[in-house]
Amino acid sequence: MQTLTNSLSMLGNPAIITFILQGVAFTLIISVVAVLISILFGAVLALCRNYCTSRKTKILKWIATVYIELFRNTPLLFWIFICLVFCPCPGFVDRPMFGLSSVNNKLLFKAAVALILYTSGVIAEIVRGGLNSVSHGQIEAGQSQGFHVVQTMWYIVLPQAFQAIIPTLLSQVITTIKDSSFLANVAVIELMARTKQILSAANRYNGTNAINVSDVFVLFGTAALIYFVINFALSLTVRGMQKKRSRHAVVRNAEA
Amino acid sequence: MSGIFSGRAWGKIWMYRSTFLLGLVNTLETAFISLIIALSLGIIFGLMATSGRKSLKAISRVYVEVIQNTPILLQLCFLYYALAFSGHSPGILVTGFIALGVYTGAYMSEVIRAGIESIPKGQFEAAEAQGFGYFGRMYYIILPQSIKVILPPMVNTIVNMIKNTSCLYIVGGADLLSLTYSFVTGENTGGSYAPAYILCGALFFIMCFPLSTLASVWETSLKKRDRRTTVTNTEKNPEAGKEAV
Repeated sequence: MQTLTNSLSMLGNPAIITFILQGVAFTLIISVVAVLISILFGAVLALCRNYCTSRKTKILKWIATVYIELFRNTPLLFWIFICLVFCPCPGFVDRPMFGLSSVNNKLLFKAAVALILYTSGVIAEIVRGGLNSVSHGQIEAGQSQGFHVVQTMWYIVLPQAFQAIIPTLLSQVITTIKDSSFLANVAVIELMARTKQILSAANRYNGTNAINVSDVFVLFGTAALIYFVINFALSLTVRGMQKKRSRHAVVRNAEA
Repeated sequence: MSGIFSGRAWGKIWMYRSTFLLGLVNTLETAFISLIIALSLGIIFGLMATSGRKSLKAISRVYVEVIQNTPILLQLCFLYYALAFSGHSPGILVTGFIALGVYTGAYMSEVIRAGIESIPKGQFEAAEAQGFGYFGRMYYIILPQSIKVILPPMVNTIVNMIKNTSCLYIVGGADLLSLTYSFVTGENTGGSYAPAYILCGALFFIMCFPLSTLASVWETSLKKRDRRTTVTNTEKNPEAGKEAV
């Protein structure tokens, strides 16, 4: 019991709390940025895989297909390791920023690139699902109105596709927040890595000069609670959205 | 590119082929045992969620929400360090079995719940009226109808589980990816990054690609058959579409 109160006293330490909260901020920023860039990249991949079927553009279709299948069937950590070795790092990252050293920033950049590459593969499949849900008649109608291919995609197909997949994309944000914890493997500074760092130095903060089981429970419990609150809030949003949509669909069908 | 075309680097891989084989065996073993744990947990909690009793439903809900909304890495670390610091560490692989099994079990439970809920209520009532007990009803009436709804997403869950074996790395794991990493960074074996990663990636791809392709082909063909046999609008009358499958 004594060790538990000692462990809990760590959470009263303002330095530790700010350290954890910064980790939360990094987790959220990394995930949101990764998802946003992946949506752009994933949409391009999905369009290539779905519509580049003419003889000239077939090569694009094959590249997109290989990319998507490759990234969907290998673990994220694998790509993180590869990016650490092979990913080139632009000069502007190589200096102290955001309160991190230049080494940490380079690490953060490379690991984030891996996360973006991996998430793009998943999001490409989600976008493709949305594209397939748009009926072929829409494309033909666009063409008959004199729309160029790019215009058909931009004004007619993509808006409908994205409207259909917004809930799925939001739940992909949840997955990405969870996946971003894999960055802790290479000591990128986000929530999971920071929790582990505090645990390894817990003997200095809890006043007992040793790391106890209660420290594990308190620290990982806090981290789990933070992850849970963020993700549960998001998944409730997704569920609310889906419920509203199915109700709308029923109403629309009833009216039709 | 760190020896992608160098014969010496590839030779080194061949010399240490037992490392990769060991990693592959460990990954498959972890995946297999975790799958058994996950399936049993998934069936138990999936049936609890569809049992209609509020208390059982709530327990299953809490399990699924807590596990699905926290990262697997965190759960694994939690389990590993809690056991290690309290003095009975069961070893990395056993910790991996349990953590991965419990994590995947939550997803299995959701898949099974969705499968059972896709069966119209009339089927349950008809079975009950025919005098089937709970298990007879599930086994003879519900399972054969829901299995095709359950299997494709279940295979996808298994693919994710195989990929997630790599999270053992954080506790100093013995799976394929961890062994590859310690191979390329090791003192005697280090340096041949490209060949080692290509081999490791190829092995993962060989394990996962057939499964994920099977799942997506299966799903598309089911959807197509669904559309062919469904004459009425599914959204207008959800029951009609499902019975026609």
